[in-house]
Amino acid sequence: MKTVFTKFAVRISAVLVASSLAVAGSTLSLSAADEEGGTVHYPLQKPMEQSWSFSGPFGHYDKAQLQRGLKVYTEVCAACHSMRLLSYRNLGDLGYSEQQIKNYAAEYDVIDGPNDDGEMFERPAKPNDRFKGPYANDKEAISANNGALPPDMSLLAKARAPERGFPTFIFDIFTMYAENGSDYIYSLLVGYPEEAPDGVEVQDGLHYNPYFVSGSALAMAPPLSDELVEYDDGTKATMEQQAKDVTAFLAWAADPNLNDRKQRGFIVILFLLIFAGLLYFTKKKVWSDVAH
Amino acid sequence: MSGHSTYNPTTGFGKFMDSRLPIARLIHDSFVSFPVPRNLNNFYTFGGILMVMLVSQIVTGIVIAMHFTPESTMAFDSVHLLRRDVSYGNTLQSWHAVGASMFFVAVYIHIFRGLYYGSYKAPREVLWILGVVIYLLMMATAFMGYVLPWGQMSYWGAQVITNFFSAIPLVGDTVREYLLGGYAVGNATLNRFFSLHYLLPFMIAGIVILHVWTLHVTGQTNPTGVEVKSKQDVIPFTPYATVKDAFAMVVFMIVMCYFVFFMPDYLGHADNYIMANPLKTPAHIVPEWYFLPFYAVLRAVDFNIGIPFTEIVLIDSKLGGVLAMFGAIAVLFFVPWLDTSDVRSANYRPMYKIFFWLFVANAVFLGYLGSRPAEGIWIPLMKASTFAYFFHFLVIMPLLGWFEKPLPRPASITDAVLAKAGNGGSSHIEGATAEPQSKG
Amino acid sequence: MSEAHASDVTRRDFLYIATGAAGAVAVGGVAWPLVSQMGPNEREKAAGGPVEIDISAVEPGMLITVIWRGKPYFIRHLTETEVASAKQAPEADFIDFDTADARIAAVEGADAEWAIVAANCTHLGCVPTKVDTGLEGWICPCHGSKFDVTGRVMKGPAPTNLPLPPFVFATAEKLVIGADKAGA
Repeated sequence: MKTVFTKFAVRISAVLVASSLAVAGSTLSLSAADEEGGTVHYPLQKPMEQSWSFSGPFGHYDKAQLQRGLKVYTEVCAACHSMRLLSYRNLGDLGYSEQQIKNYAAEYDVIDGPNDDGEMFERPAKPNDRFKGPYANDKEAISANNGALPPDMSLLAKARAPERGFPTFIFDIFTMYAENGSDYIYSLLVGYPEEAPDGVEVQDGLHYNPYFVSGSALAMAPPLSDELVEYDDGTKATMEQQAKDVTAFLAWAADPNLNDRKQRGFIVILFLLIFAGLLYFTKKKVWSDVAH
Repeated sequence: MSGHSTYNPTTGFGKFMDSRLPIARLIHDSFVSFPVPRNLNNFYTFGGILMVMLVSQIVTGIVIAMHFTPESTMAFDSVHLLRRDVSYGNTLQSWHAVGASMFFVAVYIHIFRGLYYGSYKAPREVLWILGVVIYLLMMATAFMGYVLPWGQMSYWGAQVITNFFSAIPLVGDTVREYLLGGYAVGNATLNRFFSLHYLLPFMIAGIVILHVWTLHVTGQTNPTGVEVKSKQDVIPFTPYATVKDAFAMVVFMIVMCYFVFFMPDYLGHADNYIMANPLKTPAHIVPEWYFLPFYAVLRAVDFNIGIPFTEIVLIDSKLGGVLAMFGAIAVLFFVPWLDTSDVRSANYRPMYKIFFWLFVANAVFLGYLGSRPAEGIWIPLMKASTFAYFFHFLVIMPLLGWFEKPLPRPASITDAVLAKAGNGGSSHIEGATAEPQSKG
Repeated sequence: MSEAHASDVTRRDFLYIATGAAGAVAVGGVAWPLVSQMGPNEREKAAGGPVEIDISAVEPGMLITVIWRGKPYFIRHLTETEVASAKQAPEADFIDFDTADARIAAVEGADAEWAIVAANCTHLGCVPTKVDTGLEGWICPCHGSKFDVTGRVMKGPAPTNLPLPPFVFATAEKLVIGADKAGA
């Protein structure tokens, strides 16, 4: 068995080496092409990799961080960005009590109806209502933001994933790297330079950011600054801290079942390993009387 | 196949049924007493794994369809409602999505195994062709399934793939409109893709039955490529193959669970977490990884083919690309006749063995190219790699039969097994084909 | 020799049984999520929370139907005659006897008595039609079951009375269905 796999592994690595040589060769010539004015690929800079409490096989969300993140979202992001797949009741995951969630929801008015008179009416939101967005629809959002649509944030941490490149994307399988979207959001939030580098022209109304995934500049002005929000738990609200907290919050919003998922996976794989072991010995026993 | 059934009903009910609906006999003959070569290695377990994957996809698919709304304004949300609010919803949805990828992992290993051991050669041509039909149906099913969550990649994938059909001269645009049920990809498209995505797996299951039937008529190949000659060469399916397949399946499931539970998005694409928007194409649109080699072939043809020194274009680049892409799949149908060698297994074909591994490397590279933008150095590389793909099937395979000097083959499977056992496993047979597993 | 052989057999049996048991666990582990997903989802469960109903406009003799958890409930403001006949009706008239007091709800201090019952017949789920013939309150259009004004079954095939939902009067004018404590 061992010899088979060793030899097979040699084969596979030969294939991989051959392909990677080809890729490396072509990458060299590609960078040459870039200098000659080939297509520019975004983002200009790869996201900065951060350490997250929810990375790795045993990673899980830090509730205190999510609560801080919710505060940043509520006080800053929510002015332009909707969160339409989330319901207020989901905030229970962040450790809030039912009453706290009711109070949070009640700050928003949602449209309900029709009532018995056939009219739509406004009422305070309830826990089972979805997060109320800042705009009635996309068109209103676009017109209020000089023609740019602030993306919905409920899946943002999954919907942004700058390319990792070869061979990093292969290593990612083994390092269990799945925080590409979070690294991206964090980098974008803290990545606005004071000024665009020399020679880069930035259109009016846009803001240069080398981390932006689909251009060199985006419509959103730098949204965060030091002490923009005041944290209830006394954490110092530096810009980086706020960026990190709100990113964690967005990661939770996009993947609220992460804790359960990883725990479940751990149990399932542990069981399968035991099952595989039993089957291996059963197989050995069954085949022991046959030369093959 | 041994020819006559060894099933012997013992109970009264068994005898009653056996003379009316001998289904127990069928199962016994197919999965219990069915003789398999004793020297099959672990690469031969993927047929069983594929059957399990098909069942797993059908079962999870039926279950998540209970929560899905095939309507263009609600489909995206219904998938995420499933992931967020349904008990085990996110596991089931990930299992189905990752399962599609793992299905293709298994089918590619299965196909390469067939190519290596010459499993397509007489008398197994029909077995091979049915396999290619299953592969085609799998591609159609996977494509339509990917459209259902109605994300950006779903939408633009549907846009691009259905445009293949507009390349058909004269009637192309009409064909595409009938395919879409509208002038563009829209609600009607989503509805019919849902309907067909639900139907096709059952058609696959039907052809799988034929595939297994032909297999049981011709019997399995084995790493030596020598046909079964005596009872000594074979062992009954149960318990030998059953327990071996079960072990391989569980190992395969461990790999799958790693992705489902720890990296559910690794094999997918981030843009599909954005709801479909007909006004905005994502910057890099690429198909799922299992279509990438064919996508590279499609894009390799960026030139018109016409009569030299005139302006007359016979095949424009669009039609050319589509033809090349379908050709890359169609060529598989002819493999049984393109390979002219008398020798079945690559173990005894020193030159074919080298070309086989080059072909594998090229196919992997072609997949990588499929994920690259069509610009700069990538275009000539796509062309070269596409050329190598067709060259392997259309030139190397037919020619090797004449030029290659095969190694001496064993007289029988039993001879091969005993020879290997005799010299302590250090046989000259190399690599993946050597020992199927360690001795018990 | 034979001893070694015997121990080999037990070891093998143990191995086979353990493997079979693990296989059974695997089958169960696969089946559980497939069954579990069939239940109401979180949104549905949360939507099943209590509903508040304004009953100020419901005059004696009137009936309104409200929806809680997707099912209809009758809220019937009983007249004095209806209350009196329900209280006097002999036990023999009913299939599933319960006292009228147990089925009539009233707000302390307010002069109003209510029948608050599920609106699906306990036979096969049709919605009974309101009738005003003294003691008789509803007749089911599907199979002819009869209920009195408090929802007690008087004639089959319905086997049991219309069930009472959990409810509470938040005020004399506001009824909450789905909770049996105020403020919930």
